[in-house]
Amino acid sequence: MPEQTFMPSTQTVFERIGENTLVVNMGPQHPSTHGVLRLICEMEGETVVNIEPVIGYLHTGMEKEGEYLQYLKVVTMTDRMDYMSANGNNLVYTLAVEKLLNLEVPPRGQVLRVLLCELSRIASHLVWLGTSALDLGAMTPFFWCFREREKILDMFEMFSGVRMMPSWIVPGGLRGDMPAGFDKLLVPFIKEFPDALSEIEGLLVDNPIWKERTIGVGVVTVEECMAFGLSGPIIRGSGLEWDIRKSNPYSGYEQYDFAIPVSKKGDVYARFLVRLAEMRESLKIIQQAFEGLPEGPWNSDDRKVVPPPREELDTSMESLIHHFKLWTEGYRVPPGEAYAAIEGPKGELGCYVVSDGSNRPYRFHMRPSSFMNLQGLKKMCVGRLIADVVAIIGSIDIVLGEIDR
Amino acid sequence: MPNPVVQGERLEVVLLRESLPDAILKVKEFREDTFICVRRDRIREVAEFLRDHPDLEYRYFSECTCVDYSKWEHERDLSERFEVIYNLYSMKYFSRIFLKVGADDGLPIPSLIPVFPGAEFPEREVWDLYGVVFEGHPRLRRFLLPDDWVGHPLRKDVPLGGEDIPFDQDTKGPAIEDLQRPHAGESFDGVTGTEDIGGR
Repeated sequence: MPEQTFMPSTQTVFERIGENTLVVNMGPQHPSTHGVLRLICEMEGETVVNIEPVIGYLHTGMEKEGEYLQYLKVVTMTDRMDYMSANGNNLVYTLAVEKLLNLEVPPRGQVLRVLLCELSRIASHLVWLGTSALDLGAMTPFFWCFREREKILDMFEMFSGVRMMPSWIVPGGLRGDMPAGFDKLLVPFIKEFPDALSEIEGLLVDNPIWKERTIGVGVVTVEECMAFGLSGPIIRGSGLEWDIRKSNPYSGYEQYDFAIPVSKKGDVYARFLVRLAEMRESLKIIQQAFEGLPEGPWNSDDRKVVPPPREELDTSMESLIHHFKLWTEGYRVPPGEAYAAIEGPKGELGCYVVSDGSNRPYRFHMRPSSFMNLQGLKKMCVGRLIADVVAIIGSIDIVLGEIDR
Repeated sequence: MPNPVVQGERLEVVLLRESLPDAILKVKEFREDTFICVRRDRIREVAEFLRDHPDLEYRYFSECTCVDYSKWEHERDLSERFEVIYNLYSMKYFSRIFLKVGADDGLPIPSLIPVFPGAEFPEREVWDLYGVVFEGHPRLRRFLLPDDWVGHPLRKDVPLGGEDIPFDQDTKGPAIEDLQRPHAGESFDGVTGTEDIGGR
């Protein structure tokens, strides 16, 4: 029977495994835990022998709240989960609801969704790169990454008026078309970003200090990844070529030409290289999406779900009724259950929606990638130094908004 | 790659019917997803079978979650109050399968941790939010909620809001007073699924 250490301030129970060990509390206010993650580390000297994450500091009951909101209004809730890549979260919820509704989105809507999601992926990876480098003492990449990310946020602002929580992808399509003059922001970004990324890479890839801190640290094998449910850059960093965009394509990802970056080592450095390569692949997708953007409607023409255009309201009585019903009552979704999964920046992002035929979800659940990825932390940290824990947390790329929901 | 299908039925279902016929209660196909309802005491066996069968290789544990069906008015797959849904993924066919297990207060489910160690976090979350007990889970303690929390908030009989607020416990405060008002917000008892209109 392991001895239980009672943390007096918060009543958290921690099971000690060693005899002469020291229990160190890290977080929830520690800057390198990326938000409000708290880690209870059991140390033998400077070596970690046991580690347990304590989460829930950001728990706001979004899944419960979702059961009381109309389907359209739940979209705004999903932005606030993984706030680093809000578009991806909108998309996965939208796909689950569209699966229940059996709704098809026209090609232009699909392409615009892909465009937004890939921009989000780059923004998310840039934040990861900047902050994880900052954790290990490299200050400059942080500023350079955020400089690049600003350009992406400006594009979201131009699209939706909001920088971080666009809620622009909704069941039925998007809230609006691409704004006029969007190419004035996007085209220079596509042109300049590879150079900017090379510049940031140049600070780290061959940097001896960076390599010393990351190579051979936090190793996981593919088998462990699968058993623990780790996905995304972690499983690809261990050598499994699995990307939901390729294996189970959604939103027309099968039309794009891109590669799945894979690394064999499974350590922090491998995940770092995978994410860097992913940003370049995402940029390829963005370019293809922008160049091949089809003309036509971006929304489904199912008036039971998508509101009619403003001009129609002046001439058509039916449109006015639809408009009124949609914004007061919302739409009803046929009873059943659906699970949709996409490849988010952090791994498999899933959404499970149960409908009872009313205008609100009976159950709304997100499968947060960081929540499952956090399970690998113990595997990666035990036997390593406490300083490596910081590098490992950075490489898992957690977002606490998504973990705690 | 498409899901493996043999004579109009998923390969997983065919193989499970052959090897563990008494463990399966029902198979449901809905919107291209396959849900297999499994008897509570056989869930470990079924998960192990799916994981180890050389033709299936369901070795990726995606997640598990739970639904409280106590206010459900349509046809059900299982008779128990809660349904725990395990979500497994195969790297062989890139296919997904859902295992459903029924649970109730006093009817624990055997934990899947011996089969998939990754079940630890999601099962703990399900216990935390729904109170479904997993037999053999080493750490069924508060996870997302504070350590001194009482109750399981995602159950349908718990209203949205309305819980006691610590600084005015049991005496006064918006939460208590709201409960006594006639239109205390639509968030109280029995609103999901009714005919009433409106947002919040």
